[in-house]
Amino acid sequence: MKQLRARWTAFRSRSHTFAEHHRSATIVITMLIAAILLIFLPRIPPLNAIQGANPWYDAFANAGVFVLLAMGLNVVVGLAGLLDLGYAAFFAIGAYTYAYSNSPFSGLDLPFFPMLLVGAAVAAVFGIALGAPTLRLRGDYLAIMTLGFGEIVPIVFVNSDPYTRGTNGIGGIYRPEALPFFGEFSPLTSFNYMVVMIFIVTVAMMLLYRLHDSRIGRAWMAIREDELAAAANGINTVLTKLLAFALGATTSGLAGVFNASKLTIVSPDQFSFSVSFTVLAMVIVGGMGNIWGVAAGAFIVYLIQVVLLKQLNTIAETINLPALDLGPIHFDLAKINFTDYQYLLFGIALVLMMLKRPEGLFPSQARRAELHAAEDLGANDPALVGALGEAPGSDELTGGSEGGS
Amino acid sequence: MTAAMATGGADEPMLVMKDVHTYYGQIHALQGITLTVNKGEVVTLIGANGAGKTTTLKTISGLLHARSGSVRFEGDDITKMPAHKLVERGIGHAPEGRRIFSRLTVLENLQMGAFSRPKADIQPDIERVFNLFPRLRERTGQLGGTLSGGEQQMLAISRALMSEPRMLLLDEPSLGLAPILVAQVFETIKEINSQGTTVLLVEQNALQALSIAHRGYVLQTGEVVLSGMADDLRQNETVRKAYLGED
Repeated sequence: MKQLRARWTAFRSRSHTFAEHHRSATIVITMLIAAILLIFLPRIPPLNAIQGANPWYDAFANAGVFVLLAMGLNVVVGLAGLLDLGYAAFFAIGAYTYAYSNSPFSGLDLPFFPMLLVGAAVAAVFGIALGAPTLRLRGDYLAIMTLGFGEIVPIVFVNSDPYTRGTNGIGGIYRPEALPFFGEFSPLTSFNYMVVMIFIVTVAMMLLYRLHDSRIGRAWMAIREDELAAAANGINTVLTKLLAFALGATTSGLAGVFNASKLTIVSPDQFSFSVSFTVLAMVIVGGMGNIWGVAAGAFIVYLIQVVLLKQLNTIAETINLPALDLGPIHFDLAKINFTDYQYLLFGIALVLMMLKRPEGLFPSQARRAELHAAEDLGANDPALVGALGEAPGSDELTGGSEGGS
Repeated sequence: MTAAMATGGADEPMLVMKDVHTYYGQIHALQGITLTVNKGEVVTLIGANGAGKTTTLKTISGLLHARSGSVRFEGDDITKMPAHKLVERGIGHAPEGRRIFSRLTVLENLQMGAFSRPKADIQPDIERVFNLFPRLRERTGQLGGTLSGGEQQMLAISRALMSEPRMLLLDEPSLGLAPILVAQVFETIKEINSQGTTVLLVEQNALQALSIAHRGYVLQTGEVVLSGMADDLRQNETVRKAYLGED
């Protein structure tokens, strides 16, 4: 037993070193393993008892959209520390870009894969356009601004009827062209969407890790920690923040294009505040700042949301608990629609999370270290605990000022 | 010793501020500051709270910009230049309240200080600051936020040095430190200066500051009210009463 554990530890440290030196290779290998699991798990129990393989692949592809969104928002919120509450706006911009390029509404039928990049680029332009005047704001003010922008975008789409068909949205969007070996894209071949999604996520992850480990990544971290100090250390804070914003928008736009091609319809109600909020919750649950963490967090949260909650309904019906009737209180487990309680459960999960594990499920090292530094060093030293929580620069003068005379 | 320093070297002083007015929104914080710093000097700004000492440093390092007047560094007009450009030009600023990156390790803080330089070149500078502050060497992997106040101050100064500044702006390095540490920090500032870095030092602890400085300026409500050789200022009646706490 002991030997086994020693071997496991050795394996872990070795794979850690490998992962640090060959970041991209690690991502590719891990994503390949993930892909194999995603392909075969739905065909074996217990997953195949829940739903057929195609619905599973469909759910995985949709989850991938949120994985992308969460990874993008993680750059803005987790790395650069800019709270963006209107992130769905860029998702919408990407989706509408694809709708214009591939639908009977516009009469265009442009190829899907290049459009992924175009949609991302268009979203990036909007990201910069929004970021340039607003990133001078800090903290709460920036959050409110982005919240406003997130509300404005769907409203513009609703009200620009001649250009967007208003609330009806743009329908009949063309699916991607058939892939060699994989064949057509259709509602019955969700497998194809899933494979494309895995590919996109892999590439996005490699690029994001590159940035994370680069000078820019360090600059984001510095800004998140202390913007003034970052500026004093030679970081161009305006440009760096703008880049984070643009990059987040790019990822979001990419996800939008994919989503539009899969749903074949875009309408303003798909991009409400609840999307921005959900993605933010995913980032927080996953572990702000850790790219793998938020990707896994988004995947898990999405599946809980769309598969597990539905599953709870079936389970509740099958166990058929007798209804509880206590005068005014009437409680029937079988009649509860758990999917209605999605946001309630989300809220509870977030509250518990903040109380019990504020660093997220898969925290980045820095955050974990920060939130548990006091424990690691022995929390008995009140001065130390205070020093961690306090903003630096209190005006107190001690000793020194009268010390000399 | 100071006279030789002040007159020697280039034809224009390293830093020249001429009639600088800086505002925080409506608040008129600097009301026409004029001062010079010569290459190789330690110059200190002393004055009460709200006199404009910190604002002066921020205006020099580009964290704030003057609404009128001019700031010149090594012969170039830097009045409107953003902070990150000034770091590249050789102005290092250790801002008030230390402001170290509390979630990054000591080493990462130092690397961040060298952000404007190629990463390959910074090892000698890390060695240099570790020699100045041996305590930091023991704390290399520790998070900035878990350091004691004195260590944080050492880190803040070290971080500012990592950009290889020709001029170092220090804002209240003695703030919140025990007297024994204050003396040690001031010793190190002297040492940094003797290694060739010009220092502009803001201090509430006027006596200590004047003891290591060549020259000093006394600020009051955004204006220079008195200036001169550090030794003269220390003897000056008004200064003694107002800032050195002597009767």
